[in-house]
Amino acid sequence: MENNHFEPTIIGFTCNWCSYRAADLAGTARMKYAPNVRLIRMMCSGRLDPTFVLRALSGGADGVMITGCHPGECHYMEQNYKALRRFLLLRRVLNGMGIEPERVKLVWASAAEGARFASETTLFVEEIRKLGPLNWGKSDSEPKTVDREELSTVHRPSSELEVPA
Amino acid sequence: MTAKPKFAMYWAASCGGCEIAVLNTHEKILDVDANFEVVFWPVAMDAKYQDVEDMEDGSILLTLFNGGIRNDENERLAQLLRKKSKILVSFGSCATEGCIPGLANLSPVGEIVNTAFNTITTDNPHEIYPRTSYDVPEGELHIPTLSKILRPLDQVVDVDYYMPGCPPESHQIAAVIDLVIKVIHGEAELPPKGTVIGAGHSTVCDECPRARNVKMIKAFKRIQDIAPVDPTLCILEQGVPCNGPATRSGCNARCPQAGAQCIGCYGPAEGVMDYGARLITAFSSVIDANEPDEIEKILDGIPDPTGQMYRFNLAGSLLKAAKPAWQK
Repeated sequence: MENNHFEPTIIGFTCNWCSYRAADLAGTARMKYAPNVRLIRMMCSGRLDPTFVLRALSGGADGVMITGCHPGECHYMEQNYKALRRFLLLRRVLNGMGIEPERVKLVWASAAEGARFASETTLFVEEIRKLGPLNWGKSDSEPKTVDREELSTVHRPSSELEVPA
Repeated sequence: MTAKPKFAMYWAASCGGCEIAVLNTHEKILDVDANFEVVFWPVAMDAKYQDVEDMEDGSILLTLFNGGIRNDENERLAQLLRKKSKILVSFGSCATEGCIPGLANLSPVGEIVNTAFNTITTDNPHEIYPRTSYDVPEGELHIPTLSKILRPLDQVVDVDYYMPGCPPESHQIAAVIDLVIKVIHGEAELPPKGTVIGAGHSTVCDECPRARNVKMIKAFKRIQDIAPVDPTLCILEQGVPCNGPATRSGCNARCPQAGAQCIGCYGPAEGVMDYGARLITAFSSVIDANEPDEIEKILDGIPDPTGQMYRFNLAGSLLKAAKPAWQK
């Protein structure tokens, strides 16, 4: 698949009180934005279990957008701070797994910010388009074992592999 | 019926600690001998794969399979023992979730071979690498071929029960042996297929005697960097990343009781789909900061986040392996 034909699949998590209403506003105001996001409404961004993000990425999503109320404006006092901390830690873990941390994005959007929701979504889709498809684990199902030739002609060590004594 | 039911135990990609744990059941091992005929157990007795192949399908009552599936030999044995066994138990952390050998799923297989055969700590001046096949006058010899990634047993064959732990605690093994013997004598029934046996249903924290309060962590530290460690206070509360909140109970909180943090060898607690995700949630809840810069600074205290979250569970996690490992 060529990159310019690549339509990213994005899973978006929205909170019931701010960002979902922002998406709603963008819709009723007929603002145009990229149609790649599949939104899932939760009561609060604090409900976002990192499992949801991992499930989305391992199940074929190319990016995940987490949205919530602005800091200090959470309907449940301060659960969006929890979402923020989870997001920051999750990004570090994903980085260790060889996934570009930019594939997961956190956006604050209040119920009045339909335009912001629309522009951030479009921007994110373009960012993911540049990164290309994730296709998690797809090549895993191909040859199960490394072929014998490949192992016999294993690459010689590169200098960066060596550790100083 | 006079013949005793048959028992087998096999190791794939593992360290052998699981067999030690079985022997650590002390005199209980005599009950195994009294009630079972041990037909295949490479670490304890001489047997050939051909012997197993010659057995009738389903003729082994109980097989404890430890170790992950790392090469084609492991896979062949997993399929063979599945066919020959009535009850196949994924025994120990390696078979259940990949464990330490599963951490190799962070690296491409070529890099693993290089590390083993040609790093500065391995003197290999002639660059001799293993060949998976070799011609000798008698014919062609083969050694097992590595797979791209390590897979837990249930990603390869159907598994009846899971027994977590690195290794499973001996008192838990003894309890399971007792149960199976009771089942043989018709005094008990087997739990439903897919059950996690020989472990608790809650978290390590539930078994931990240390005092717990509201946790507000300003910095993560390594346990050797705090002195003295308060012997009665929750270890996580003292700033040491302790994996207890995500880890299945069953070990009686051994490590925290001995003054060390839980590292998560009993795997995900009941109902947890992804161990690392649960741990991210747990750690994020106790960080006492709301500003991104400050949070990042606190997170710097966890030097290897992926290793911390998936030390035992990488191969069994939702992502299974890092991108460089499965990609090429």
